[in-house]
Amino acid sequence: MPSDRNPGHALLADAQIRSGKESLPADLCLRIHRLMVRSRAMEERMIKMSKSGEGYFWIGGPGEEAFNTCLGLQVKKGEGPAYDYLHFHYRNSAAMIAMGMPMIEGIRQMAMTVTDTHSLGRNFAGHYAKKEWNVVPVTSVIEVQYVMAPGTAHVQKRYGGDGITIVCGGDAGTAEGDFASCLIWSSRPGHELPVLIVIENNRWGISTPAESVHAEKHIIDRGKAFGIEGEVVDGNDPIASWHAIRRAMEYCRTKRRPFMLEAMVSRLYGHSSSSGALRVKDEPCCIELFEKKLLGEGVIDQETIDQIHEQARAEADEALEQAMNEPRPTAADVYRYTYAPSRVDAVYPDDYTGLPEA
Amino acid sequence: MATLVQAVRMALHYGEEHLGVTDIFGEDVGPPLGGVFTATQGLRTAWNTPLDERGIVGMAMGIAYAGGKPVAEIQFCDYGFNTIDLLKVAGNQRWAGAGNFAMPIVLMTPSGSGIRGSLYHSHSFESWAARLAGWKIVMPSTPLDAYGLMLSAIEDPNPVMVLLPKALLRVRGDKLIPGEPEDEQTLKEMIDAPVGDRTHWKPRWPKLEPYFIPLGVASLVREGQNATVVSYGRTLPLCVQAADQLTEEFGYTFDVLDLRSIFPYDWKAISRSILKTGRILIINEDTEVTNFGEHLLRRVIDHHFYDLLVRPRALMGKHNPGIGLNQEYERNTVPQLPHIKQAMREIAEEEA
Repeated sequence: MPSDRNPGHALLADAQIRSGKESLPADLCLRIHRLMVRSRAMEERMIKMSKSGEGYFWIGGPGEEAFNTCLGLQVKKGEGPAYDYLHFHYRNSAAMIAMGMPMIEGIRQMAMTVTDTHSLGRNFAGHYAKKEWNVVPVTSVIEVQYVMAPGTAHVQKRYGGDGITIVCGGDAGTAEGDFASCLIWSSRPGHELPVLIVIENNRWGISTPAESVHAEKHIIDRGKAFGIEGEVVDGNDPIASWHAIRRAMEYCRTKRRPFMLEAMVSRLYGHSSSSGALRVKDEPCCIELFEKKLLGEGVIDQETIDQIHEQARAEADEALEQAMNEPRPTAADVYRYTYAPSRVDAVYPDDYTGLPEA
Repeated sequence: MATLVQAVRMALHYGEEHLGVTDIFGEDVGPPLGGVFTATQGLRTAWNTPLDERGIVGMAMGIAYAGGKPVAEIQFCDYGFNTIDLLKVAGNQRWAGAGNFAMPIVLMTPSGSGIRGSLYHSHSFESWAARLAGWKIVMPSTPLDAYGLMLSAIEDPNPVMVLLPKALLRVRGDKLIPGEPEDEQTLKEMIDAPVGDRTHWKPRWPKLEPYFIPLGVASLVREGQNATVVSYGRTLPLCVQAADQLTEEFGYTFDVLDLRSIFPYDWKAISRSILKTGRILIINEDTEVTNFGEHLLRRVIDHHFYDLLVRPRALMGKHNPGIGLNQEYERNTVPQLPHIKQAMREIAEEEA
């Protein structure tokens, strides 16, 4: 594994990188930077796969690496109600990479291999499911995660401890009724739930600008009617994002109440491969902005940055090469994992096997 | 004898105490009401939700993800239509997620006509439900079956929908639920909440015993020679009644199969009976276009076309926008005893 440390800067541990009134240690910033670059490399590799025929449809979150990396690094990672539950949408790959997911796992899903542990080659890219990290299956239905999130938080509140539920979505999806349901169910008097409601606001719904269909100034303003506190953060700024996420998590962990965090992010490759997945030039890139800051602070040099990008691209290329050599699903896999084994089912004691037979 | 709704309540109590049920919830499910049909009175884990069916289904899914065992109620299946995509997602989670997460939820909801419910309290749901791959769907027609199927629904680690026939919720069975007191007045005093102030009321539960009816096993309620009748829910006792009358009046006898499980359905039992009688009539009250009974007919034709003596048929509800309140509408929209009896007589009498 490549080191997160820059060997040329031995005294980094003491340096602080500032953004406004906030700061983070330089070594953490460099770690965040490398993770951001690796996530971007995986997404860009998958975009190429969508064009080369190694994969089909691509959708993801390039442009949201700053926020998602800081989110993933601060998750209380584990299995069961003592740990955080993650109800992601399909733009959270950088959070998964930050949590420690090897790139190959994302690439396998895009390559539709049967070795894809998240969906067995069934689901689109970025549609993760990982039980040992409480990452519940991501759907393309951009609202349903909001009604499931109070359910995991309900169990967590009863369980005790400081595990919270984190639910993520875009700005467009907040128009769906399930978003309102999440606000209502998370704030029932006497039954408030530790749900961190994250809105990654890129101001787009495919081709529809948010300002053409939404009158509210900030999405978090909608929480006010339910007594749900919130914060808007520049999701392109990892230092600001880190602290906003830290505060939001701390609030949910200790007060056992919901909180809304709206991160203003960029969309750098359009909505999906359906719209061409071309690099847009008129939105800020969080990686470029962060590199400019790190260079300005003298904690990294351009050569090292170039190396980090090169290593990340190589890692993605290697992951692709490996994935393309792995087995594909066969007809025998079609029914697999439909049903869990049941001792009370006379027809399907183990799994679904096709229509009931005589 | 317990009513069907009392049987459900006792099953849920057994589930809370012995099968790990952690949450029973829905609109008006908790105290003071305990369900608009009283199915959840006095239950330890019952609680009231906001009036939000999507929220209810999502809550159940979330609880299941986190290791709980939820039983959620949709007050009337008529109000579950806005949850269809969530139900689809609940059914696909294990499959979509490569087996990472099971989805051990129970969703119960009253279904069908028979309570003068007019447009929005008379709908049937089984044909919609049967299309939800990944789910198991059951529909009891007796209190004992309701008890046994509910226990299995709870025990099964997959999403199971328990459709409760509205018209039969107050009907008593002819078999005791294991542990049920023999005197129905005693049972009522023990587990029915009093009318009026219930602040200090607590149920006294009988010592109930486990009784699991395997999913996918039909019940042969009448045995005969002249035709096979497959039904479930509200129309099942009408089929039995019609069979008994036709036996008495004309000497015709029928295999009457109470399917009990809509999915998986007991194809073995259906197939065996067709091979005996050569005649099959499927009866339910859901609307007749893309009706679950039509799926069974397709399988009958695929597997038994050359075993049949007469054309297979189905008697179903009319493809109508709704069931009107005036009972003339209801009587002429969903199968009633005279329609059922006539269809059974016709299939028995038709020349091969």
